[in-house]
Amino acid sequence: MSKLSYLGVLAFILLGTVWLEIIMQAKVLRKLKRLILTLIPVVILFVIWDYYAITNNHWFFDETKTTGIILIGFLPLEELLFFITVPIASLLSFEAVRSVIREPAGDEK
Amino acid sequence: MTYLQIGIIYCLLAIIVDLLILKTKVLKLKMFWISYIIVLFFQFLTNGVLTRFLIVRYNDFATIGGDYTTKVPPLIGDGRLFFAPVEDVFFGFSMILLTVSIWIWLGRKNIQREPISGPPPKWWPKDRWYGTKN
Repeated sequence: MSKLSYLGVLAFILLGTVWLEIIMQAKVLRKLKRLILTLIPVVILFVIWDYYAITNNHWFFDETKTTGIILIGFLPLEELLFFITVPIASLLSFEAVRSVIREPAGDEK
Repeated sequence: MTYLQIGIIYCLLAIIVDLLILKTKVLKLKMFWISYIIVLFFQFLTNGVLTRFLIVRYNDFATIGGDYTTKVPPLIGDGRLFFAPVEDVFFGFSMILLTVSIWIWLGRKNIQREPISGPPPKWWPKDRWYGTKN
């Protein structure tokens, strides 16, 4: 187990879903503006939760299994990347399922 | 507040955003629940790694279960589900619902509404999956 352990898990999540963009034509990554505008509020809300949890010692991170890079005073780099990676993986999964289960969601043409 | 209390608040917030504020009603979509089950499986897998190997640790005063800050948590039991605190399910669900709801809302607001996802690859069994409701 190295300092890259947590990052490795995030890499697995990303590699496990990016193929859906091409193979299942999920069309998430190519809608970059829509993706970034989705991520901004989600990242903010979960950084707030993380701030509360970290400062109140709800959870903490093994220093031998994380890079040790801390952003804005409390936020481990991996946590910020988690809040970006997991929503992207969720959207890729959702859109991949949608490409076969065509169900109206009100955002189509 | 405990981890469970915050988790429930965030889930309620996400549900209110989806049903009442943005009115995306993602919760009523069959395809949302299918993708959620798939994501949940991978949450159990990846979160299991993060918690089994104590990369992320939880203090017992914050969680339902006992103290696993220095020892390996159980696979299932004592407030743990695949090594991770059961509260993580609320964390994950609120994150996923909020994400999909905002994504759909932006599409409805004509922010990169098109192209819609699909079609699936040619080898996909069309008669069984494709065009359920089209």
